Amino acid sequence: MSRYIIRRFLQGIPLLFIISIMLFVLMMNMGDPISTMGGRSMVRPEDRARLTRQLGLDKPIYIQYFYWLVGNDWTKVDLNGDGVPETAGTRHGILRGDFGTSLVNRGVPVLQVIWERLPNTLLLMLASEVVVVLGAMLVGIYSALRQYSVWDHIITALLFIGYSMPIFFIALLSMYIFAVLFKRWGLPYLPTVGMFDPQVGKTTGQVMLHMILPVLSMSIVSFASYSRYIRSTMLEVMGQDYIRTAKSKGLPRPDIIFVHALKNASLPIVTVVGLDLPFLLGGAVVTERIFAWPGTGRLFLDHVTRGDLPVVMGILMLIAVAVVVFQIITDVTYAWLDPRIRYEA
Amino acid sequence: MTTETRSIPTLSADDLETPPLSLSELAWRRFRRHKLAVFGTVVLVLLFLYSFGGSIFASEEYANYNDTSQHLSSPSLRHPFGTDTIGRDVLARTIYGGQISLLIGLTAVIVETGLGILVGALAGYYGGVVDNILMRITEAMLNIPEIFLLIVMAKFFSGKIPDIAVFGRTFSGSVVLIVLIIGGTAWMYLARIVRAEFLSLKENDFVLAARATGTSNMRIIFLHILPNSIAPIVVTATLGVANAILSEAYISFLGLGVQAPTATWGNMLDGANNYLDTAPWLWFFPGLLILLTVLSINFLGDGMRDALDPRSRTV
Repeated sequence: MSRYIIRRFLQGIPLLFIISIMLFVLMMNMGDPISTMGGRSMVRPEDRARLTRQLGLDKPIYIQYFYWLVGNDWTKVDLNGDGVPETAGTRHGILRGDFGTSLVNRGVPVLQVIWERLPNTLLLMLASEVVVVLGAMLVGIYSALRQYSVWDHIITALLFIGYSMPIFFIALLSMYIFAVLFKRWGLPYLPTVGMFDPQVGKTTGQVMLHMILPVLSMSIVSFASYSRYIRSTMLEVMGQDYIRTAKSKGLPRPDIIFVHALKNASLPIVTVVGLDLPFLLGGAVVTERIFAWPGTGRLFLDHVTRGDLPVVMGILMLIAVAVVVFQIITDVTYAWLDPRIRYEA
Repeated sequence: MTTETRSIPTLSADDLETPPLSLSELAWRRFRRHKLAVFGTVVLVLLFLYSFGGSIFASEEYANYNDTSQHLSSPSLRHPFGTDTIGRDVLARTIYGGQISLLIGLTAVIVETGLGILVGALAGYYGGVVDNILMRITEAMLNIPEIFLLIVMAKFFSGKIPDIAVFGRTFSGSVVLIVLIIGGTAWMYLARIVRAEFLSLKENDFVLAARATGTSNMRIIFLHILPNSIAPIVVTATLGVANAILSEAYISFLGLGVQAPTATWGNMLDGANNYLDTAPWLWFFPGLLILLTVLSINFLGDGMRDALDPRSRTV
């Protein structure tokens, strides 16, 4: 098993290299980072040239990539523009854990910029993941046990609608109903934007109140696909011999469903959740934008439009690493939970 | 006695046996039984009629005509869906926006399918180094959430294609760009499916026979193996249209997609959340149309999956 894990990690390394090269090339037309740097406009051309040199943007792309990867502290860079490199570089490169500094928030390390936003995103995403898994379990089991009943058909149709729902549409619709209309009707209404009311402050209650609508709109799409998935695994398990045995020896129905069937039916869900989790890091770009939620998705959007390469690359690489790691964790967990599966070393 | 037997109608063995159903007839029968799929098809036809037939009643000049004195007026007899922030008729714009959105969906899937088949077929057929390289690239692209890839690609190619004129109409060049970007970020699943099909199909005797008679590799790939894997490709491509329309909507919603004055259902929503309470008709109608389109394509695709794949008999 440990040999299998090590091999999988080794396979992940070239994959991450390919991803980083691909993304780096795609970053090259992000717009002019210097023009929006630090909120000031660079008027003097010599300032602009100096900054371009300082940031290493005058170098060809493969050198830029190389510096980004391994840093430039072992070599000298030309800062005064006379063509002779004289100042020692300061960057350590991503391989040594230095993601660089943000161009927009001048001088702030990328990891710090991301770290400030990451908990907000994780809060939102984990909450919706919990809602989705629990809700999908209930709905999936119910419609599996009542296969082809009227409710099963209604649920199926509703899930199809949920699955086809564009996130912005459900977001705008729920905002309109629960905030605008409820307010108009004099009912207690939900807040729509931000994480907390600035007048009240960042209390737990405020954050939870502000989370309801974003979590709701993010959950709908995955809720539909998870429910369908649980329904089909549950149907498969209910037809197994050991369920028939359990029935024939007179076990109570809840025991059969929740102990014997559900335990095995929920195994494949581990895979789905495990593969979905790393994508939570990136956050939901659209949801965070609509609800003005200060998470990594909005961070990405803000910095991509201003050409902040280090931050954008940082976010994307963190997601890529998380995806690779979670794939391995998922495989290992699955093998551990399901003794029928054994990986060859 | 002979006259009596003659009066009784007799049927020969040939008359009793109905001619065997062809594969496509069988598929059609299974498809028809899928009520939701039939419903989806009908809605889809209506949506196409709405977008393409609607241009008889409203000209494109009218859709792009802005009357600022009429801006943000609520739905009325003159403007059934209201007007937008600069006084354009929302109904006319959903008609022309629908044309672009549906066309983007269809053409992006052509790009996607072409790329997916090419990568999947080459990787599956040749195996070895080719397979390794192509699959690593596929995996690399799958590792990044689609929306991020779309945004990065849209930024990378932004502002490079000038406006184009087709059939006497001018389209923003960004339409072509968006089609290529959506196709270029969505081919990976299809490539994997095609590869898996090729891996198993290439072991068949008919491939060996074709190879023995000296058929070229390209002919084997495209004329012998590919037609056998058409069913999963058609299903994936159908569902891909829904995904492409959604992708267009997301990217235009974020303001990185098709640029004005060309309308799409997606870019009509751009900035609409600023008018959440004052002008809900701005986002409601385009959003509803996107939902209906995606929903009916998903129904259609589900029905096609059941119809084309005899193994998947579960609903």
